[in-house]
Amino acid sequence: MKITGAEGLIKSLICEGVDTVFGYPGGQIIAVYDKLYDYQNEINHILVRHEQGAIHAAQGYARSSGKTGVVIVTSGPGATNVVTGLGDALMDSTPLVVITGQVSTAFLGTDAFQETDVVAVTQQLTKWAVQIRRPEDIPGAVARAFYIASSGRPGPVVLDIAKDAQFGLTEWSHEQCRFIRSYNPTPEIPEEDINEIAGILNNAERPLILAGHGITIANAEHSLLEVAEKGNIPVATTLLGRANLPFSHPLHKGMLGMHGNIGPNIATNKADVILALGMRFDDRITGDVSKYAPQAKIIHVDIDPSELNKIVRASKSVHGDAGKLLASILPLMQYRDRKEWLALFDKCDTTEISEVISHELHPDKEEMNMGEVIDVVSEMAPADTICVTDVGQNQMFAARYFRCRSPRSFISSGGLGTMGFGLPAAIGAKIGAEKRPVVLFVGDGGLQMTIQELGTIMTYNVDVKIVLLNNSFLGNVRQWQELFFNARFSQTQMHNPDFVRLASAYGIAGEDVTDRSMLSDAVKRMFEHDGAYLMNVRVDAKDMIFPMIPAGGVVDRILLNPTTKFSI
Amino acid sequence: MENKELFTVSVFSENTVGLLSQVALIYTRRCINIESISASTCSIPGVHKWTITSWSTRPVMEKLVLQIEKCIDVLKAFLYTDSDIFYQEVALYKVDTDLLLDEPHLEEIIRKYNARILDINRGFTVIEKTGHNSETTALFDELKRYNLRQFVRSGRVTITKSEREFVSEYIEKQNKRKNDTLQGQ
Repeated sequence: MKITGAEGLIKSLICEGVDTVFGYPGGQIIAVYDKLYDYQNEINHILVRHEQGAIHAAQGYARSSGKTGVVIVTSGPGATNVVTGLGDALMDSTPLVVITGQVSTAFLGTDAFQETDVVAVTQQLTKWAVQIRRPEDIPGAVARAFYIASSGRPGPVVLDIAKDAQFGLTEWSHEQCRFIRSYNPTPEIPEEDINEIAGILNNAERPLILAGHGITIANAEHSLLEVAEKGNIPVATTLLGRANLPFSHPLHKGMLGMHGNIGPNIATNKADVILALGMRFDDRITGDVSKYAPQAKIIHVDIDPSELNKIVRASKSVHGDAGKLLASILPLMQYRDRKEWLALFDKCDTTEISEVISHELHPDKEEMNMGEVIDVVSEMAPADTICVTDVGQNQMFAARYFRCRSPRSFISSGGLGTMGFGLPAAIGAKIGAEKRPVVLFVGDGGLQMTIQELGTIMTYNVDVKIVLLNNSFLGNVRQWQELFFNARFSQTQMHNPDFVRLASAYGIAGEDVTDRSMLSDAVKRMFEHDGAYLMNVRVDAKDMIFPMIPAGGVVDRILLNPTTKFSI
Repeated sequence: MENKELFTVSVFSENTVGLLSQVALIYTRRCINIESISASTCSIPGVHKWTITSWSTRPVMEKLVLQIEKCIDVLKAFLYTDSDIFYQEVALYKVDTDLLLDEPHLEEIIRKYNARILDINRGFTVIEKTGHNSETTALFDELKRYNLRQFVRSGRVTITKSEREFVSEYIEKQNKRKNDTLQGQ
């Protein structure tokens, strides 16, 4: 029996295991929405308030669940509104299948109403983008899309489906894709590389593991823990890899990079061996590459060969799955004492606690700091809480002070740094992991970039705890203006609405927290409340995120505050 | 700044719509101008070979080639300098027959440049020359005297000096992986 391309699309999505999609209808995707109406029991469609919200929600969903996020939007503006999310998902290796409507084939290239050359626009921001013009091509393209999006280094894929392909009739059958001749997502790591790497680590005096998002994607958190413990090797995590090891594990030495912990950054330039797993040496991590890890033999393992030797020349680069590598070297690992090496981290921690952390968490002033708010929330959050952040100071403070205790519990826009990511991503994260509590840390700037998604929370009763760190400033830019631009606060002060009343208009409970004495009770109420909650916390605009390695600086030249450099 | 040299990139790909712009954008992103490009089917069924030349530096080009390979429909991409490959270009020249016939050394020119006359008519003559860029340019300079009406040059085509055929090896390896994957189902 023949069915329409639109129905074939939905049946193919179901075959690929899809039960949740995020989207927004429109003229050139209406046929698909018409069929969705018939499949409401199989597919739960989340109607967002703006297409950017749909794609960030799908990202949050993909990252909390490990599944491929699916987005359905219309042509033209619907498609261009998801472009930011595509860029974000590409940088942060997030599996997405984004379906865009397109004008009928007869109208292609005529500047038809709501026509955009979606494949051309999205090619550089996707792992694969293709236009489908015939209904019979839909199942094959969907199968290929899911295979590409979820395998190897995951990423976003766009299927741009012309209106006549949605309406046209076709025989339908779906077969999952497992092979593409020009694509190898499962490279094997040669036995000799495994032996060699284990040997290098076992012989290392001062080894350091850099654990990136690749560990999360490979679900290899446990292997990482086993290798670190068996070899007694300290681990530093990247921003997106924050939940790779429990925060308080004795071998988890903290975060790398610009606002990372002192220990891992200092250790980077003292280590004799660095094992970099599923990370890409972002400039926020390396600073000045020419002065990065000068003593270290760098072993770089990544599933994406174009990341190897891209920024940092590795002594040994391995094209492969970081999780598989960890599992393979585990039996070969030998315990070594490394007392002196590990003591270095304690020494750095002592300084960081006395010079930075204690001031942040226990300030001697009336106003609250972001860090202390996050610390209290973290203290009261259940162990499996997922921490979602927006971008800016709220993100860096959350990465530093929220204590992730279980895998996939830190979701943030890393590579692209997309303000406005937080709220929709938190919605998606909650839908992707319904049993886990979700806390969002967001600033007043970023929240207002996608604040319309409060409507999505209202419609679907999404239980997201929103901690608004409100300083009425674009805090991160303000910090740079203060440090590097003579405190000329150009266009960074925000004139804000009453956020609690705004949330209330959407039926979302909330409260203002203007004084330290109110904080812990408010956090308690937030977690006890059944449903979404917005806690509008007044924080000090002058609070700055430290330690800091200024952009392009050297990783072991760390500022403890605007005027003091760390010295060991 | 490092000295730039001429690099040749050979890309083996599936024949799919939009791949050219995807690859071109990888050059554009780094502000690298494509000097010449040629693309056509190759000896392997369904596979297209492109040859792209550009001036750049090795570290940049090595990364660029990996980015090209990252395109899903690209099978393999290779980076060469002139010493790694045999390469040729074809040039065509259209000159006035009258002027050419008055030339006492016409035979000498044709012979010296190992060129070929494709067509002669009363108005004009078409000459073809295959060779390196410097050779076709030298003939161009010579023929300028005969009211050169048109001159056109193709992109480069190349054959490797290697004994191994890496693309065939890759496809064989992938076919084996295909069998393993499908059997493992």
